[in-house]
Amino acid sequence: MKHVDLLIIGGGPSGLAAAKMAAESGVSSLIIERDTKVGGQLVKQTHMFFGSEKQYAKTRGINIAEILINDCKEHDDKISYMTETTVVGLYPDYVVTVMDRNHKYSKIKANTILVATGASEKVLAFENNDLPGIYGAGAVQTLMNVHGVLPGQDVVMVGSGNIGLIVSYQLMQAGVNVKRVIEAASVIGGYKVHASKLKRLGVEITTNMTVKSAQGNGALESIVVQKLDDDWQFIPGTEEEISVDALCISVGLSPLSNLLSMVGCEMKYVSALGGNVPVIDHSHETTVPNIFVAGDVCGVEEASSAIVEGYYVGLIIGNRLGKTHPHYERLIQDFTQQLDNLRSGPFGEKTRSGLAQLRGEQHA
Amino acid sequence: MRIKEHPILDFKETKKLHFMYNGKQVYGFEGDTIASALHALGIKTLRHSIELKRPRGFYCAIGNCASCNMIVDGTPNVRTCITPLKEGMQVETQKDKGVYNETR
Amino acid sequence: MLKTTGVPDKALILTRFPDDVILGKPKAITECYEPIPCNPCETSCPFEAITVGEDINTPPKVDFDKCTGCGICVYNCPGLAIIVAQLKNDKAYFKIPYEFIPMPEVGETVHAINRAGEIIGEAKIEKVTLRKKQDKTALIDVSTNTELIHEFVTIRRMR
Repeated sequence: MKHVDLLIIGGGPSGLAAAKMAAESGVSSLIIERDTKVGGQLVKQTHMFFGSEKQYAKTRGINIAEILINDCKEHDDKISYMTETTVVGLYPDYVVTVMDRNHKYSKIKANTILVATGASEKVLAFENNDLPGIYGAGAVQTLMNVHGVLPGQDVVMVGSGNIGLIVSYQLMQAGVNVKRVIEAASVIGGYKVHASKLKRLGVEITTNMTVKSAQGNGALESIVVQKLDDDWQFIPGTEEEISVDALCISVGLSPLSNLLSMVGCEMKYVSALGGNVPVIDHSHETTVPNIFVAGDVCGVEEASSAIVEGYYVGLIIGNRLGKTHPHYERLIQDFTQQLDNLRSGPFGEKTRSGLAQLRGEQHA
Repeated sequence: MRIKEHPILDFKETKKLHFMYNGKQVYGFEGDTIASALHALGIKTLRHSIELKRPRGFYCAIGNCASCNMIVDGTPNVRTCITPLKEGMQVETQKDKGVYNETR
Repeated sequence: MLKTTGVPDKALILTRFPDDVILGKPKAITECYEPIPCNPCETSCPFEAITVGEDINTPPKVDFDKCTGCGICVYNCPGLAIIVAQLKNDKAYFKIPYEFIPMPEVGETVHAINRAGEIIGEAKIEKVTLRKKQDKTALIDVSTNTELIHEFVTIRRMR
């Protein structure tokens, strides 16, 4: 059985960032990624990132992916990869079972494990919500920005969080007609600068509205949307039919934390963090010693935070394995401060309250 | 439909890859997943649901939701959204749970 | 309004504009109204005219004495929330970010668009700048009627 010092499950922003910091500390790692290449969801983010220079602000996500991948390449002697490989089991004796691209199973043992599996898009319940042509918004972003294939000609976006707003703008850039963005809540969920950007393109954003049903013979042809009152109840007589050949669902993300449940980590349902998340301490270690987490799997946030969390946990794991980064203290302080800064505004409130709930602390 | 021009991205034409879809020869390009190649051909239904046999396309594109599972080179339940397209692949719509083939 | 439609109220927009005398020179109008964690406008300004500060959630503030209206912040803003405005020779001049193809051409007449996405008049393309350092966000110089100084925000090509 293969034996590694640090096994990283998921080659997205936090996994790559952690591998880099661990390597700088002198720790070798193996990154397991189920997609064809590492980079996670950054590889489809064509927009410029927010944050500050330390989190690569104003750089497009696709280029941040390149930066993180190239940083890891500089530690080729310490970082190895298994792509198109899915971790199917995580066991208390620190053994993971993987399925590779040829559908062959094998086992790997690790001294420390970082679960950086990210999150998946939620689904929305409505009549015929399984019709082909109804996608997660992020899935459409992948189809369009990675593969250069359009999801359809006329699209409605369900959800006005940052993903919904950003993907709508990117659909327009690709030449797709975004007929409307609908939002069940009474206010727009994402950054207003994204909303304003869409609005001046002529895209209508309607709050207090959701999709009631979808219709189509074999594939999506139209949807019925309906207004909601402030108690989220349908307002009779406000149904409206819109013909679309694609519908994007952008109603939030759920942490992909099932491997953590499997290995016996204590879990807690924290709605503000996206769902079922592991109970962790300040070093991002779960209740199973030497199993760590970083990124969306321990609370859904922006990718900027996932990167910083990855750096932070990479340092801690190095230290745990007896290889302390030469600038350990300074960097730990820096990354902690960066995370506080990213979470300090009104948009960080959800994360702050979620983390407080997770840690059983009082939240102001 | 494929994007030809884009304000941010540069989609270079890659090698054409021929493959079989339900017994018919079609093609995609290097860099495609099976699902993206089929989508570019206008094929949105990739499988049928197990109980009610409802048509299903892909949903998550990260290999998580199983909505895009197809039979590829005889192997069922292949996540076509994260499986790279290869020349000569045999891709079929999956209509059941999939049959385990011991000889493979 | 901003919270429900994405369109800021007139009163809110005016908080970001200097008076017409100051607008005799080109000035950056930062339409970033809510606290979000972001500060590239501050760090990209070569004249230190934009301040966000230690807490990057603070909305930017422009020092119009220092702002030269160069437009560097316009293509560095991740939210594409900055334009440069000027009143000169009985016309309103703007520098706007643009990320669509095909690019408009110099001399072309285009629709003038307001913050609600509506056509409010005509505008003329004066200059199109897209250097490598702009990373695919073009900077478009455009002129229109002076009355549209607080209304105009972008262009739409006529087809």
